[in-house]
Amino acid sequence: MIVKRAKLSFWERLYLPALWGGFKVTLRHFFRKKVTMQYPEERWVVPDGYRGAPYLVRDQEGRTKCVSCQLCEFVCPPKAIRIVPPGPEIDPSTGNVEKRPKEFEINMLRCIFCGYCQEVCPEEAIFLMKDYSLVGASRQEMIYNQQKLLALGGVHDDKIRKWKRKADEAARQQMLPVKPI
Amino acid sequence: MNWLDHFSPTQQFLLFSVLKIVVVFAVLMLTVAYAVWIERRVAAAIQDRVGPNRVGPFGLLQPVADGVKSFLKEDFTPAHVRKAYYWLAPAIVMIPSLLTVAVIPFGSTLGNPDNRMVIADLNVGVLYTFGIMSLGVYGIVLAGYAARSKYPFLGGIRSSAQMISYEIAMGMSVIPLFMLVGSLNLSGVIGYQRGGWTSWFVCKQPLAFIIFLVAAFAETNRLPFDLPESEQELVGGYNTEYSSMKFALFFMGEYANMTASAAMMVTLFFGGWTLPLFGLDQPATTFLVGAAQIGIFLAKMLAIMVGIIWTRWMLPRFRYDQLMDLGWRRFIPLALANILVTALWLWMQ
Repeated sequence: MIVKRAKLSFWERLYLPALWGGFKVTLRHFFRKKVTMQYPEERWVVPDGYRGAPYLVRDQEGRTKCVSCQLCEFVCPPKAIRIVPPGPEIDPSTGNVEKRPKEFEINMLRCIFCGYCQEVCPEEAIFLMKDYSLVGASRQEMIYNQQKLLALGGVHDDKIRKWKRKADEAARQQMLPVKPI
Repeated sequence: MNWLDHFSPTQQFLLFSVLKIVVVFAVLMLTVAYAVWIERRVAAAIQDRVGPNRVGPFGLLQPVADGVKSFLKEDFTPAHVRKAYYWLAPAIVMIPSLLTVAVIPFGSTLGNPDNRMVIADLNVGVLYTFGIMSLGVYGIVLAGYAARSKYPFLGGIRSSAQMISYEIAMGMSVIPLFMLVGSLNLSGVIGYQRGGWTSWFVCKQPLAFIIFLVAAFAETNRLPFDLPESEQELVGGYNTEYSSMKFALFFMGEYANMTASAAMMVTLFFGGWTLPLFGLDQPATTFLVGAAQIGIFLAKMLAIMVGIIWTRWMLPRFRYDQLMDLGWRRFIPLALANILVTALWLWMQ
């Protein structure tokens, strides 16, 4: 296709209409409302479903929901998660919780916020939350440990309440009359 | 002022000259610094942004932050450059723009009538200005040559071609002014423009003003004629290989050039320090009026600079051949015609 170049009139070739047009556009924009979001003072409203930093959550009774199954550690594409399982020893302070992580670390510098950990978690113990500006003065500081992750994650309104149910179930079983053989 | 009488007139002259040089240099540097700030704020506003507003109130201390940053950055010299020229180029860009300001009368008198507000009142002020101003191009060409890489080189070539084509038009555009004034002295030019608004050369010689304005844009590498720099095609042109304070010198040189051009425009076309209101167009007799006239000069200069900055966002960059065409085939004939018409008019009288 051949586009014919329009022949400019003498008036147009004087460059004045272009000048005036340019001035009008710039003047309009000069006084227009600015689109800049002045960050530390103004903050972005994070939409629901946003994939921010992954944190661990507790249930209503303050128990760590994570059971140290290490699925998230396994699925994590950049290998940002490191879990130390508890081993055979039992922590009496956690009640009837059978297994919980001894240490749970997420390296936020490695994390790509993909959400696989949340997706794979069978216990609903890890969630991608709305934090998007993680800062630290050193690399070491950017490795979040279990304590920090739990503090940041807060309490999750757990509908299943697995450990409570198990405790209740055990109690009920003990109440069952045992038939003598 | 009694202690001044102990000095001989020569000593007094020297003392005042040094004082004026220091003050003018300080004011020029301040103007350069704040021209950058104004540029950034105006540019931001036109692009619907806010611009630098963090350092100090309204970001007014931004130039300080920029300066500190420039000094603290690593001064990197690439291995492939021609070292001597590479080091020389930023200075050659900077110095001419500082020198041009020396002949510009930025006020009438301050204090006593002998204390004239111009560093050097040359009889050939304009010739001096044009001579010095065109030296700036060597810095850019040298920077392009010294960098030994293709983009700066192209920038340097463009710059030289551009400067040659606009230098002539610029020089010719102001000839009618001096035919009318009958002197090349810049104070004389201002003296001629003292008779009210219509005696300003922008009214008397509008064509000369337009040619001078466009040529000044080309001389100072401002858009729409910033071909030597063109961030998009030449990745900054001659700036490409420079960093830290050397880059800052180029940057300051550009803005100092802009300031000098604005000052020249005020002097030649807008009546310099005069204002045909409240008798401000006569040489000052009191200190206050003298100071007010310096203020008028600075205000006019600043207004022109804002205009130059604003234009940057109004027009797209000219193509290289369009630029050459405009210089050689439009403005030079127009300027010549303008000279001829003025000469005829003077001859008829």
